[in-house]
Amino acid sequence: MKADLRLYDYWPWRDRPRIVWPDGARLAFWVAPNIEFYELDPPTNPHRKPWPQPYPAVPGYSIRDYGNRVGHARQMALLDRYGIRGSVSLSAALCEHHPDIIAACVERDWEFFSHGIYNTRYTYGMSEAQEREMILDSMDTIERHTGRRPAGYLAPALSHSEHTLDLFAEAGGLYTCDLFHDDQPTPVRVRGGQRFISVPYSLEMNDTIAYVVNRIEPRRYGRILRDNFDRLYREGEASGTVMCIPTHNYQVACPHRLDALDRALDYITGHPGVWVATGREIAEYFLEHYFDAAVADIRLKEDTVRGA
Amino acid sequence: MALDRKFLTYERRAYGMDHERYAWSQLSGRAPVAWPGGAGLALWVNVCVQFYPLDQRGVPFAVPGGMTMPYPDLRHFSLRDYGNRVGIYRVLDALARYGIKASFAVNGAMVERAPFLMAALRDRGDEFVAHGWHMDALHHGGLSSDAERDLVARTLDTLRTASGQAVAGWLSPARNESPLTPELLAEHGVRWFADWVNDDMPYRFATSNGDLWAMPLSNELEDRFILMQNLHSETSWVEQVSDACDFLLGEAEQAGGRILALNIHPWLLGQPHRIGRLEQALEYVTGRPGIWSAAPGDILDAFVAGLPAQDAD
Repeated sequence: MKADLRLYDYWPWRDRPRIVWPDGARLAFWVAPNIEFYELDPPTNPHRKPWPQPYPAVPGYSIRDYGNRVGHARQMALLDRYGIRGSVSLSAALCEHHPDIIAACVERDWEFFSHGIYNTRYTYGMSEAQEREMILDSMDTIERHTGRRPAGYLAPALSHSEHTLDLFAEAGGLYTCDLFHDDQPTPVRVRGGQRFISVPYSLEMNDTIAYVVNRIEPRRYGRILRDNFDRLYREGEASGTVMCIPTHNYQVACPHRLDALDRALDYITGHPGVWVATGREIAEYFLEHYFDAAVADIRLKEDTVRGA
Repeated sequence: MALDRKFLTYERRAYGMDHERYAWSQLSGRAPVAWPGGAGLALWVNVCVQFYPLDQRGVPFAVPGGMTMPYPDLRHFSLRDYGNRVGIYRVLDALARYGIKASFAVNGAMVERAPFLMAALRDRGDEFVAHGWHMDALHHGGLSSDAERDLVARTLDTLRTASGQAVAGWLSPARNESPLTPELLAEHGVRWFADWVNDDMPYRFATSNGDLWAMPLSNELEDRFILMQNLHSETSWVEQVSDACDFLLGEAEQAGGRILALNIHPWLLGQPHRIGRLEQALEYVTGRPGIWSAAPGDILDAFVAGLPAQDAD
């Protein structure tokens, strides 16, 4: 184990080169619905149990199935209302299990990025070759079913190895959602030297973190989303920021919770200067316009502080 | 370092579910359901009547709400018992005040422990739902099929005798099941069960002894989940129930009848500082237009009556 994988350099929030998003926007906003498949009876990874209860884990399995059976269509209708195209964090096997969900998202020109094969199959314990095989399988599957090869990655159940991002960059990926170190895209160092970045995905705005880990009341979640937006929007005038709402159809689309997201989306999309985008669009725009400036600025500040 | 090959092998990676219990189906694609009187929302209030034994074994896990202290954990034992002695009568008054037709999910062991209460429930005439033998008699894969069959049979026999009803509904303690639980329920004349929380409407659930109906009894909106597990305020519970009610009424306008299912525990909401919040929630919901307060069996009957004939048995 290492104290730090050195995936990115220190880059102070102050005095960065100014980012301006398309049409002069100051904030890039994206919504990332996780569409996941959890298996009822997966093999038990030696490093992490898939379910707290012995087989069959009815409560855990069935609420996640609720997300696909009931929640997805609700959330999709809500995003339609605000003209938001989702950037789907996809368990690739869902292409096979629930092709009707995939077809509805394709029809809306949503983005799909890889979230592994199943959310009950963890990276822990995999050899490098196995992890590469899993990543390529997920990318091939998504491309086959959606017509486009994914550009982004969020490791299944956020289970990583030391080489996860190296492998994804080598497979042709452009961006990762696995890092929570910044409110702007940043370069990520991978062993192959590819131009590869992190796009802010936000653990704090993630509905499952809010509802399950932090146990937040639905209306408070809605307020937190608006507060998060307000500050990023204000700071985005100096240099464009990114706000992401990562969702899970089994959390956010419950009848007592969807209104909180509804109000937040109404508030956010009601502001001028908000670029409603997808993860890939943000990544590509940053790579084309700001990646080199970011690398140069990071180096300049590093050199300055070291007196070089 | 590498994982065994089985971790990259996916035997059930194909269309539909990864098991044979029910068909894949999105709620949004189903035909609209009509409730009696043109109601948009069926209101199902399920009251749990539970016995948490002091000598909890905790197999295969300690039931949520159960004993947490070294034996004898009198604080939790007696606080749960409070629900059956005091809290439930406040809940019954609240249900009467707002004209709620409820159901009562009763542990079989409660019949002998509180015959007075059983008589009160029987006199009310609401539907009895079998809720397992007691809260430490969990259904799980470690039980032999005979031992689990005995649990199911004893629970149903006891409750059928005590209630004078056919008792056709089931809710497992902690909603936990063995791989065989649905088969055993069907074998003993159960028509519907409410352990699986994957839908907002009834659906068919396959067992080797014939189909059950799965009824939607939200866990996420349950008083125990919101107040005890999430530590949300009582005010927030009322808001969440109200928001769910409004959302489902709105959805019903577009997509047909929906169900608002409230699973509640007298040992929680029957406390003096909480009972007013239950009343507040019931007042809000029953004050909305298009609410049909009904027992789960009646909701299921209305649902099945609207199905094409070949799907209705």
